[in-house]
Amino acid sequence: MTLAFTNARILDPASNLDAVGTIVIHGETIVAFGPDARVPDGADIIDCNGACLAPGLVDLRVTIGEPGFEEKETIASASRAAAAGGVTAMAMLPNTDPVIDDVAGLEFVARRAREVKQVKMFAYGAATRDCAGNELADLGLLAEAGAVAFTDGSRCIADAQLMRRALAYARPFGRPIVQHPEEPRLAEGGQVNEGEIATRLGLAGIPACAESILLARDLRLVELTRGRYHAAHVSTAEGVALLRDAKRRGLDVTADTAPPYFLLTERDIGDWRTFAKLSPPLRSDEDRKAVAAGIADGTIDAIASDHQPQSQDWKRLPFAQAAPGAAGLDTLLPLSLALVHDKVLPLLEALRRLTQAPADILGLKELGRLAVGGPADLVLFDPDLRWTIDADSFHSKSKNSPFDGYAVRGRVLRTIVDGRTVFHAPT
Amino acid sequence: MNDAPLRRAFPHRHLLGIEGLSAADVTAVLDVADSYVEQNRRADKRSAHLRGRTIVNLFFEDSTRTRTSFELAGKRLGGDVINMSVATSSVKKGETLIDTAMTLNAMHPDVLIVRHQESGAAMLLSTKVDAAVINAGDGTHEHPTQALLDALTIRRRKGRLEGLTVAICGDILHSRVARSNILLLTTMGAKVRVVGPPTLVPSGIEKLGASVFHDMRSGLDGVDIVMMLRLQVERMSGRFVPSPREYFRFFGLTREALAMASPDALIMHPGPMNRGVEIDSEVADDVGRSMILDQVEMGVAVRMAVLDLLCPPITGGN
Repeated sequence: MTLAFTNARILDPASNLDAVGTIVIHGETIVAFGPDARVPDGADIIDCNGACLAPGLVDLRVTIGEPGFEEKETIASASRAAAAGGVTAMAMLPNTDPVIDDVAGLEFVARRAREVKQVKMFAYGAATRDCAGNELADLGLLAEAGAVAFTDGSRCIADAQLMRRALAYARPFGRPIVQHPEEPRLAEGGQVNEGEIATRLGLAGIPACAESILLARDLRLVELTRGRYHAAHVSTAEGVALLRDAKRRGLDVTADTAPPYFLLTERDIGDWRTFAKLSPPLRSDEDRKAVAAGIADGTIDAIASDHQPQSQDWKRLPFAQAAPGAAGLDTLLPLSLALVHDKVLPLLEALRRLTQAPADILGLKELGRLAVGGPADLVLFDPDLRWTIDADSFHSKSKNSPFDGYAVRGRVLRTIVDGRTVFHAPT
Repeated sequence: MNDAPLRRAFPHRHLLGIEGLSAADVTAVLDVADSYVEQNRRADKRSAHLRGRTIVNLFFEDSTRTRTSFELAGKRLGGDVINMSVATSSVKKGETLIDTAMTLNAMHPDVLIVRHQESGAAMLLSTKVDAAVINAGDGTHEHPTQALLDALTIRRRKGRLEGLTVAICGDILHSRVARSNILLLTTMGAKVRVVGPPTLVPSGIEKLGASVFHDMRSGLDGVDIVMMLRLQVERMSGRFVPSPREYFRFFGLTREALAMASPDALIMHPGPMNRGVEIDSEVADDVGRSMILDQVEMGVAVRMAVLDLLCPPITGGN
């Protein structure tokens, strides 16, 4: 079947294309795109009425509860949330139960993804066995079985010797080590960013240097090993500065952040709002601005949802007892577009952080871009439509969003994976 | 009402912290409390302001003195007081704070007095129940009735709060008493200093209006009030301070350190004291200057005042 999306504002960061035109897909692939693409005879026509049509988003940091914590999220529910958020491919962290530290774990995810058949699922392999931080996992075997990168997910690889060896050992396999950069002893017991707000709320703080100390150490180890490194959810001005410098020195380093870190601050915790309890914690307004500036100048390559579903039972608790994390899949695109509306960076650059850049980091060279013969993974969206986020309407099983009631601009209209429509906005 | 004290409007449903109270609110509590001090010194200490009201003491953390103080306060006002302690409650069976709150709420208490080990617990509870909630200490956040009783103690002795200089000494980091006192005293126009080792002073405390000192001599220089805080023994084993001996040497309240303060400076301590660790016995027992037992007496009066103000008179009765 041939389908033509006409009258679309086509945006492809990889080829710097931003023009009104047509994308023609046949079956699972793109057969023509651009301002001059012709609609073949017999094609079904979808008139986009000037809406934006771009490569589907690639979300490189998603926590899913399957296997082990299915009450929080399953591969099926996360896939529906992803589709609603314009995400056509995502990579899940290995912090499941059991941890994905062997080939069987990866195969389980692949099988469930095939059964669910919604968005494309990829998985990280654990960097260390059981994500316990003591011994290297079977990195070579994991890479061979399709692990996109290695990480201990929400746990920091704290042991400097082990980190050094992980970076060195993983290098020939061409996969990065993805770090949760937080010095564990400095963060121990901490609930929120250290400072006045922590003191007022009577909560133990985590200083910003818990991030920068670990990053500085890791970057020095990258220099030593010439390994490939990716810093996840960067949240501090100091962290952004360290990464900027490392890139200037030519280290093989990439980084991501998530919408809470460029839209919210520790003030949004208010009176112990546990939905705003994140790891790393929400920081100061100076940090928030520095993170946005890091996205703008490319120091931060990618924007991820950092989706971390938590059921109500884990959030309706006193702050220190509540679990950290926010559900982010459903809202990744509209929240990221805030950067465009706030004139932090142009639309095409914002999309690059959500498509081409994360795909490149994960080595998914076919995804996150438009190409004739490439997969028809697309998102159609209205960049300006104003609406208010309602967490109850999330497709994710968990509704733990610090953005409930938040006004945004931009809405996903349709999500297409391999030529199939997996999400269609209710009209 | 016959001997009802001068009653000002108290525009709050709960008492969750000093934060959010105005100087007028604090004065209202202290004025009402003053009248209860007199009532408590009479042979017949009972009145009937809270007749028919149910007050639940919900203590997730042990505290004999605070619980007893609230219990006496409720009973002297004629209310029905029930003590719920952790050991006998369902908390041990895995019930969450909110479940416990909802269960209690179904019994229609008028006041819930909550002590909990986590900051923000009283606030969380207040969003789930119909009763007035009094925070009797939540984690390292606030302990508002302690600050109010300290203020009453000072005001009765010094005649005012405004313009006084108060030094709060010791483990500021883990102290809800310190936070509530800083907020209350600065609201009332007193100057507040915090004195302690840098490891026990939380970052950003100066934004709450306190000036920070790291030695007793300069910290106590010329102050009108010396407020000592309790330092828990487990925090003196090398993680925060090296040893009790070293702590006493640099941050204990000795007669020598006290000599730096104003000649008529008063000494306060929320109790229970670690004699020889944060306070020298000689100083603690100085009847002329130590307010430690006055604080206990004022505690009952202040808690009666808070209960009174949070329970408007039942109208249409009699």
